[in-house]
Amino acid sequence: MMELIHAYWRNYLWSDGYVISGLAMTLWLLVIACTIGFCLAIPLAIARASERSWLAKPVWLFTYVFRGTPLFVQLLLIYSGLGSLRAIQASPLLWDFFREGFNCTIVALTLNTAAYSTEIFAGAIEASPYGEVEAGRAIGMSTWKLYRRIILPSALRRALPAYSNEVIFMLHATSVAFTATVPDLLKVAVDVNAATFMTFEAYGIAALLYLAVTFLLVGAFRAAERRWLAYLQPLHHH
Amino acid sequence: MLLQGYGTLLAAGALLTLKVALLSLLAAFVIGIAAASLKLSRQSAAAAIATAYTTVIRGIPDLVLMLLIYYSLQIWLNDWTDSLHLAQIDIDPFAAAVLTLGFIYGAYFAETLRGAFLSVPRGQMDAALAIGMKRQQAFRRILFPQMMRFALPGLTNNWLVLLKSAGLVSLLGLDDLVHAARQAGNATAQQFLFYTVVALVFLAFTTISQLALRPLQRAYSHGVRKAQL
Repeated sequence: MMELIHAYWRNYLWSDGYVISGLAMTLWLLVIACTIGFCLAIPLAIARASERSWLAKPVWLFTYVFRGTPLFVQLLLIYSGLGSLRAIQASPLLWDFFREGFNCTIVALTLNTAAYSTEIFAGAIEASPYGEVEAGRAIGMSTWKLYRRIILPSALRRALPAYSNEVIFMLHATSVAFTATVPDLLKVAVDVNAATFMTFEAYGIAALLYLAVTFLLVGAFRAAERRWLAYLQPLHHH
Repeated sequence: MLLQGYGTLLAAGALLTLKVALLSLLAAFVIGIAAASLKLSRQSAAAAIATAYTTVIRGIPDLVLMLLIYYSLQIWLNDWTDSLHLAQIDIDPFAAAVLTLGFIYGAYFAETLRGAFLSVPRGQMDAALAIGMKRQQAFRRILFPQMMRFALPGLTNNWLVLLKSAGLVSLLGLDDLVHAARQAGNATAQQFLFYTVVALVFLAFTTISQLALRPLQRAYSHGVRKAQL
């Protein structure tokens, strides 16, 4: 166990000597996917919650397909599937992009988290208390202003607990990256296992690192909830 | 034909995936009920063990746990048989995959059931007892229907996540739907076609699950008002 840590701790944490690997790669995947996914999810959620069906239906289809199929299959489709299409092979730009396991992983993770986040935010928007919406309309707010000042600030707050779950789910989901040869934390564990045959230790170290990051994220989101959801907390008597 | 003779192989793979998912669901539900009861019990040692189980398992990616548990099980069993000078016992990969998935998702089911139990306002149960209902009566008429309103979305979700995780068992060497599609795709160089078929089969599985559970969800959400947007 100790010699395994001694030999491979750098690979597990940030570098295999040539490229970033392990935990650093996992966190990098998480940050990129969640940032782009969040930015896509806000407008999609507004469209999804809209009563205009020409807006809501296409978004519904997108989230339905991406939430209804395994991320692993989505990654296989993008990584192995797209490369088998003539149209992709014929375009040097697309071919170069989709040949890289890293790019394919980012695309798959981003679309996946965008789909789940859209549903979370749309659910929070739909759960807006009718009084708030009616009051905003009654004082003459435009739809844009109503969303910006009334609906989104409270909906995003209400979505925070569910969204924190989604981010943690994404942290865990990044582990499929190893199937696309991205040197993330799990890929390091798989390689260490292959090199040492110390299965439990090789995967166990990765598991503990994932666990530590999960706890850190949970703590950070709890602090965020205390700050932004303070008005919804039960009163404590000291 | 569209599937170029690989239809039977894919169907057999899909059947195996479905079997893994359903049997894991059964295992996870049983483990989940047990762990939730322990967490809600007044015995602090049992509650602490159950809490450690649900916390640690849910903090680690299912894929990592699958590889960790699945491959370690065989090695531990080998060490044990070696120490007793017995012949090596090979674990059935199907059973090991089901138990591994059941063990992982039991933690998620436990949290959903416990959360639903706690979501029902305490006053509901107090009021039911105050007007003279028996405990069992109060559970059946007051607590359970409201608990289900909170639990059903979570249970549906847990099942869908479990179903999609069952799509990972090809990484444990099982000949599931994804494995069949990989073979067909590599043989014909039409990976896109065959992985699309896999995605559609999963979409069919998840759609059927949701359609089957929707009437229940509607029944238990009766009388909850929503805003007009």
